[in-house]
Amino acid sequence: MAIKERMSGNEAVAYAIRQVNPDVMPAFPITPSTEIPQMVSTYIANGEMDTEFIPVESEHSSMSAAIGAEAAGARSLTATSSAGLALMWEELLLAASNRMPLALTLVNRTLSGPININCDHSDGMGARDTGWIQIYAENNQEAYDNFIQAYPIAEDARVHLPIMVCQDGFITSHAVENIELLEDELVKDFVGEYEPEEYLLNPGKPIAVGPYSISNYAMEAKKNQEIALENSKEVILEVAEKFKKLSGRGFGLFEEYRTEDADYIMLLMGSAAGTAKQAVDEMREQGKKVGVLKLRVFRPFPAKEIAEALKNCKAVAILDRCESYNGNGGPLGSEVTAGLFRYKVMIEAVNYIYGLAGRDFTVSDAVHVFEELADAVENGKEVEQFQYIRLR
Amino acid sequence: MKNGIEIRWHGRGGQGAKTAALLLADVAFKTGQNVQGFPEYGPERMGAPITAYNRISSDKIRVHSNIYHPDYVVVVDETLLASVDVTAGLKKTGAIIINTPKSKEEVMDELGGYEGRVYTVDARKISVETLGKNFPNSPMLAAAVAVSDIMPRDKFIHEMRASYEHKFAKKPEVIDGNMKALERAYDVVEEAIEEYNQMSA
Amino acid sequence: MRTDITKINEKSSHTELTEGLMVFAGGTSKLFQTGEWRTNTPVFHEDLCKQCLLCAPVCPDGSIPVKDSKRGAFDYDHCKGCGICERVCPFGAIEMKEGNTNGN
Repeated sequence: MAIKERMSGNEAVAYAIRQVNPDVMPAFPITPSTEIPQMVSTYIANGEMDTEFIPVESEHSSMSAAIGAEAAGARSLTATSSAGLALMWEELLLAASNRMPLALTLVNRTLSGPININCDHSDGMGARDTGWIQIYAENNQEAYDNFIQAYPIAEDARVHLPIMVCQDGFITSHAVENIELLEDELVKDFVGEYEPEEYLLNPGKPIAVGPYSISNYAMEAKKNQEIALENSKEVILEVAEKFKKLSGRGFGLFEEYRTEDADYIMLLMGSAAGTAKQAVDEMREQGKKVGVLKLRVFRPFPAKEIAEALKNCKAVAILDRCESYNGNGGPLGSEVTAGLFRYKVMIEAVNYIYGLAGRDFTVSDAVHVFEELADAVENGKEVEQFQYIRLR
Repeated sequence: MKNGIEIRWHGRGGQGAKTAALLLADVAFKTGQNVQGFPEYGPERMGAPITAYNRISSDKIRVHSNIYHPDYVVVVDETLLASVDVTAGLKKTGAIIINTPKSKEEVMDELGGYEGRVYTVDARKISVETLGKNFPNSPMLAAAVAVSDIMPRDKFIHEMRASYEHKFAKKPEVIDGNMKALERAYDVVEEAIEEYNQMSA
Repeated sequence: MRTDITKINEKSSHTELTEGLMVFAGGTSKLFQTGEWRTNTPVFHEDLCKQCLLCAPVCPDGSIPVKDSKRGAFDYDHCKGCGICERVCPFGAIEMKEGNTNGN
């Protein structure tokens, strides 16, 4: 029986962490993720969980300590946002290359500058090539559900990679909404105990982690890491299938909302997908064939699956909540169009930048984008291929 | 949103407008509704104007934007009337509720020609008399519930008592004061609503 | 799977490497014979040695074994011939000879 509750996205993730009860959580506070370690440490103080909480002096240290704990044989995690993730940069790559299945709950906030505390995806996108699995959530429910699925994905023998579970700062992290929670026992059974085969604190079975690698080995090691990331795709789907049996809530690499017969599809990630779905419903009532493809798993990037999902539409709007500063669009825009080209899906693809540093994205913004796509396809209107939404 | 209501709160940092919005989401949730309560964040400074929002609906709520065409606006601090366009986008069929000792006729000039209903509540006075301190958010929460008619008075009072008993488990002496503040504010507004209904009947 | 790392070499395919290049054993530096790098070789003159043991702790490669408070013969499998031991010996009991000679 699902427990009907209402809570913020941060509360939901902290609740999931309590249920999973990992072994070690080193953390350093940064807005808007601060509440997560704060709530977890309250749970610990109240005796509701027995995770070893390590207050550290920086995010460089929190990620280092999480890697150390994981290598030692513990299930570890940390939480951060924005500049905190940037300070972890070196360690993020080490967590992945040393094949540590630890978790990070990222509450997406823009990277400076200008300095700003609000949501965009520049922090997560900045870490997109660090070798982590990245999963994005639309709302508090998905943030909760994704965290519960995190360790079963990361710890699978085919994967052994770190996983970043992301949600939009303030928009979902601080918004109280309805949620359905699972019973503690169900979550514990689903996630299980962490029983690594090889770890540092294992008497009689010594190992060395993170050795120097000469060129003769390093390239092969990177290829193996890439294979593990590719493997994670099937594991993510298997875990989602099991989770569906448990919760009734299904997940894929992405969600296709009313795209079956859609001429125009909007592809985006995070909380704005809900707003876009609302726009789709309103436009469908007027007979417009529109849909939303909400990307859930950004790493590994499901290029082939996206190309397959888009091949029958006339145009796609790719919405990036991040500026890439490459002069050619955002990260999603670049990767989706590259995927379309590789799999020979030659449709109109317009890249929009929206919601930077907390700029709002409304139902009417989404409607406007769909109308522009239609105008381009039906009336031959020339549309700027890379543009900003709500730019003054 | 097709079904349901949208509320916008205006307050100053530290006055509890955000808490009131979250409490409203809380009590509406207990009536089986889908809810959303969220603040608009910036640098957190005591006294700076802040905005918070509520969506309450029988349908699942998916929109994650701010609210531009609210059904109701609650102004927790009347000094904001001079600096913030509190009636921006407010539906004519809706209402604005303002914390002020003034009558509605006295504040009309500051509402940019708003044509909908206007209610005033002296939340400061109610708070000081019932709690001994100026915590305007509890009375304003009651006023918002009365005007928006989210739930019946007795259900609201019942849920709020349960909520306070949980929240103030370690200082039960403040529960009665808070309950009185809620009831008084609710009744003041309910009286004004009845007056309005009689006039328009 | 505890892969036998002695079976991995610079020509191994990526499929044969361990996950994250983890080394599933301890003290594996013994397997790596750095003695072949040597261009100069320390020679131990036991008759001049007073067993002061200044040499053993300064050896960067642990190539001067100590047993029962007495140093023994050089471990030429791992000695790189750096000559630090010769410098610290107050009694001239260690002599550096040109070439990789295994002390002969």
